[in-house]
Amino acid sequence: MTRTLRLDGVDRSFGDRQVLRNVSFEVSAGRMTGFVGANGAGKTTTMRIILGVLAPDAGEVSWGGTTLTRQDRQRFGYMPEERGLYPKMTTREQVAYLGRLHGLDAAAARRSTDALLDRVGLGERGDDLLETLSLGNQQRAQIAAALVHDPEVLVLDEPFSGLDPLAVETVVAVLRERASAGAPVLFSSHQLDVVERLCDDLVIIGDGGIRAAGSRQQLRDSYTVPRFELVVEHDAGWVRDHPGVTVVELDGARVVFDLPAGTDEQPVLRAALARGAVRAFRPVSPSLTEIFREVTQ
Amino acid sequence: MNVTQATRLVAEREIRVKLRDRTFLFGTLFFLLIAAAGTILPPLLSGGPDTVAVTQEAAGPLRDAGLDVRVVADDQAAEQAVRDGDVDAAVVSGPKVLAMDESPTDVVQALSSSPPVQLLDPDAVDPVVAFLVPFVFAFVFFITSQTFGLQIAQSVTEEKQTRIVEILVAAVPVRALLAGKVVAGAILAFAQIALIAVVAVLGMQIGDSGGLLSLLAPAIGWFVPFFLIGFVLLAAMWAAAGALANRQEDVAAVSTPVQLAVMLPFFAVIFLNDNATAMRVLSYLPFSSPTAMPLRLFTGDAAGWEPIVSLVLLVLAAGAFVIAGARVYEGSLLRTNGRTSLRTAWRERETIG
Repeated sequence: MTRTLRLDGVDRSFGDRQVLRNVSFEVSAGRMTGFVGANGAGKTTTMRIILGVLAPDAGEVSWGGTTLTRQDRQRFGYMPEERGLYPKMTTREQVAYLGRLHGLDAAAARRSTDALLDRVGLGERGDDLLETLSLGNQQRAQIAAALVHDPEVLVLDEPFSGLDPLAVETVVAVLRERASAGAPVLFSSHQLDVVERLCDDLVIIGDGGIRAAGSRQQLRDSYTVPRFELVVEHDAGWVRDHPGVTVVELDGARVVFDLPAGTDEQPVLRAALARGAVRAFRPVSPSLTEIFREVTQ
Repeated sequence: MNVTQATRLVAEREIRVKLRDRTFLFGTLFFLLIAAAGTILPPLLSGGPDTVAVTQEAAGPLRDAGLDVRVVADDQAAEQAVRDGDVDAAVVSGPKVLAMDESPTDVVQALSSSPPVQLLDPDAVDPVVAFLVPFVFAFVFFITSQTFGLQIAQSVTEEKQTRIVEILVAAVPVRALLAGKVVAGAILAFAQIALIAVVAVLGMQIGDSGGLLSLLAPAIGWFVPFFLIGFVLLAAMWAAAGALANRQEDVAAVSTPVQLAVMLPFFAVIFLNDNATAMRVLSYLPFSSPTAMPLRLFTGDAAGWEPIVSLVLLVLAAGAFVIAGARVYEGSLLRTNGRTSLRTAWRERETIG
């Protein structure tokens, strides 16, 4: 069963400030979709609308082709950006409680809670009050809280912010596991390197509108001019004068340059060989940061 | 899962958490002790017949009256016994009654013959009781709605402050969250009052003032529905106040209007309870009717239809306040930056609900 989560023409304003403009994108089943944008670009609002915490002014969110209902959303797992749990309850009790709020019966909630707490390494501390746990352990409890009902879709707002490195690894492992089990996973982050490492698909939002969306490779191909790195024996300064070349970086014998789209790069290599030994010549994939900078400008 | 099921889950959690709260448990225990002490102790303290010193020949009628008689040799010995504090009073020749600083009513009564009394209105209430009962009703409603209302507000603010609210709102309808808290508060408040009432009734049996009980029964019977609906009305206000606040520290300031809505009727009923016109008005106003109407029934001032009309008014008012409270609650629950103004909360309902 592969179902797609889809946003179609979603608008949202707060007072007279429009926060989302015609936001449309898809989160495919079994894929990790990274959702990136500057602070205030509309990531949290979009996610809140997906979860039904906020209502859109226009547009709709659909799941497997039909408009999302509260029943569907009960099967979603959500980790809000600003998060917390009840300080005066034990972890086991409140994770099970959240499981029940998502529709599990008491026995299933208990089973799932026990399994998850063991999974995130909280089995021993499960019966302590949440407020007595270390910050790292509280974050693990938060992860368990988002997953207790074995959600069909995961929506995580900045899941890695404030996590210690061990907890990051736990979250990454869990997300991959859910994605490979066929769930669409949407997560936002402002740590572009983390997104680059994890995501299959990418949605870039800027100033309330979707700037780019697609698979990571597709975005790389379409949003950047061809870029190459050349390392020669001596000074590479001559590349500046080669027709069509825009030098991005020059450091003695090493140069990084762009060519206009569709230009053959081999003449540059031949020119370099004509001048002496060539130590390296390779295409450079643009980093997510560069794509991001380009599409949000 | 529907709203009812969600409401039940929310209410269950609220109650479970509360039953583990030491402050709440000790508070309840404290009230129970007061109820027990208040009903058992007074008869015991005033209890025991007066001791009276008297010479042998005058002892008969006093013994018949159930007094604790000490036979002494002569009048002089009797007077000395009073002065020494061995007895409360003495009867010397005359007959004259001696006592230190308080006229011994029991002794005087034993020695005098009273004319027969026929009560024309046997339900008429003892003035002391007539003073105490309004106070108790008003006090019970005041204390419980204040205590449990504040707890509802704090529980709402806690969920906002810890940010768990966003997970909750994503999982269940906002209405269920609100309803669960109000239901839990009402159940806890009612259970606490019932427990206190049971202890008080037992205390009256032990302290042997059972007669008062039969007088109070109809007023208490009406007090129950008035209390429950009045509580729901106030609880909706408390929940809205809790949602407007952003931190526990703000709850007190935000809930000032609610506190006034609890406190003013309390004082009005206490101070105006012998003013028939004022009480008639108070017994129809939604905020004071939960205490004023049962009182008028207790004193026998209200006609049979009056509590029904007043209860209908209270139900309507409670319905309106629950709807308004829910709107404010929904409008402010996700605004976690500082205190939300009532106006913003009212106008901009954000959630789907």
